[in-house]
Amino acid sequence: MAEFALPKNSKITGGKEWPKPAGATQTREFRVYRWNPDDGKNPSVDTYHIDTNDCGPMVLDGLIWIKNNIDPTLTFRRSCREGVCGSCAMNIDGQNTLACTRAMDEVDDGAIKVNPLPHQPVVKDLVPDLTNFYAQYASIEPWLKTTTPTPQKEWKQSHSDREKLDGLYECILCACCSTSCPSYWWNSDRFLGPAALLQATRWVKDSRDEATGERLDNLEDPFRLYRCHTIMNCAKACPKGLNPSEAIAELKMKMVERQV
Amino acid sequence: MSGSNSPKSVRTPLGRVRGLGSSHSGTSDFWRQRLTAVAMLLLLIPVIFIVMSLLRSNQAGAAQVLGTPLVAIIMLLFIVASVWHMKIGMQVVIEDYVHDEKIKLISIIGNNFFSAAVALASIYAILKLSSGV
Repeated sequence: MAEFALPKNSKITGGKEWPKPAGATQTREFRVYRWNPDDGKNPSVDTYHIDTNDCGPMVLDGLIWIKNNIDPTLTFRRSCREGVCGSCAMNIDGQNTLACTRAMDEVDDGAIKVNPLPHQPVVKDLVPDLTNFYAQYASIEPWLKTTTPTPQKEWKQSHSDREKLDGLYECILCACCSTSCPSYWWNSDRFLGPAALLQATRWVKDSRDEATGERLDNLEDPFRLYRCHTIMNCAKACPKGLNPSEAIAELKMKMVERQV
Repeated sequence: MSGSNSPKSVRTPLGRVRGLGSSHSGTSDFWRQRLTAVAMLLLLIPVIFIVMSLLRSNQAGAAQVLGTPLVAIIMLLFIVASVWHMKIGMQVVIEDYVHDEKIKLISIIGNNFFSAAVALASIYAILKLSSGV
């Protein structure tokens, strides 16, 4: 059955309250999910206070400040700090988003609650195991497939055909959408999830690709595609403002189009 | 799901995702669910009128109303559309939430049997009343 409660070893217990930074005039409270695979304990939520006068404006800046000044064991992924790499995707104040593009001021007053992306195995603290997510991306074969001999120069594409990829190619595979989707929570072993399906749409709609039918064949499945019930959490979560839900609807339309 | 990241088997992640492959189905159910939804939407208004006209009547009165071919056909169409819609909808719920393969299979069989029984019983009732047998 679907899981409505956390497994016993995932239940959150207690947590440490770290002292406020000495001499800070303006502070912001962070409540951060902690779990260490090596100590055998259940996860906990630690409370930190950061000195906002000594720290950048984004939630990621706050986390880095905590790591540098309070607790060097706090573990999270980050790289580009400008919403391009997708590494710092996490659940901030109940919404999946990128810590580097979510300003602390945008989060309602009170503590900023930071958790790892929902319903994924946790590697440590805020680092989820996205192995299945990446394998699902690989399964849609995200590369140009052609039978026609490769031209001497580039594969040509008209401006209007190129425009059809807008709203699709910008995806950075941060996994905010897939891990916000209840259908993905219940069936991530078989449902490809919004991110992989948005990418699939990107290749199905690419005018240069010659494997459109084969791609649709691989997606036509009650679980791979049709677990999407247009809940639209994906579109709400996407930090790049994309709409995976719409992309999936286009896939379903194409499925009907080739049958009716 | 802390601590559950140790793989259950040594199969590669891509192998697990590809699994048994695509079933190349699902579009028919998707299409029929929409089709029956539109049909129900169109049929709902006449059905409400028919049901309201039957509310205070006895069996003879009901037989008289349903004896009109148009009324009987509208009711039959509504039953086919709604039961079909119900069957597909319930199957979606089962597939979403029931993960044990055996229980899932039994639930889907039960859903099919239940829907067929409801549809046939309703159709039989309307035919019986409308033909006055």
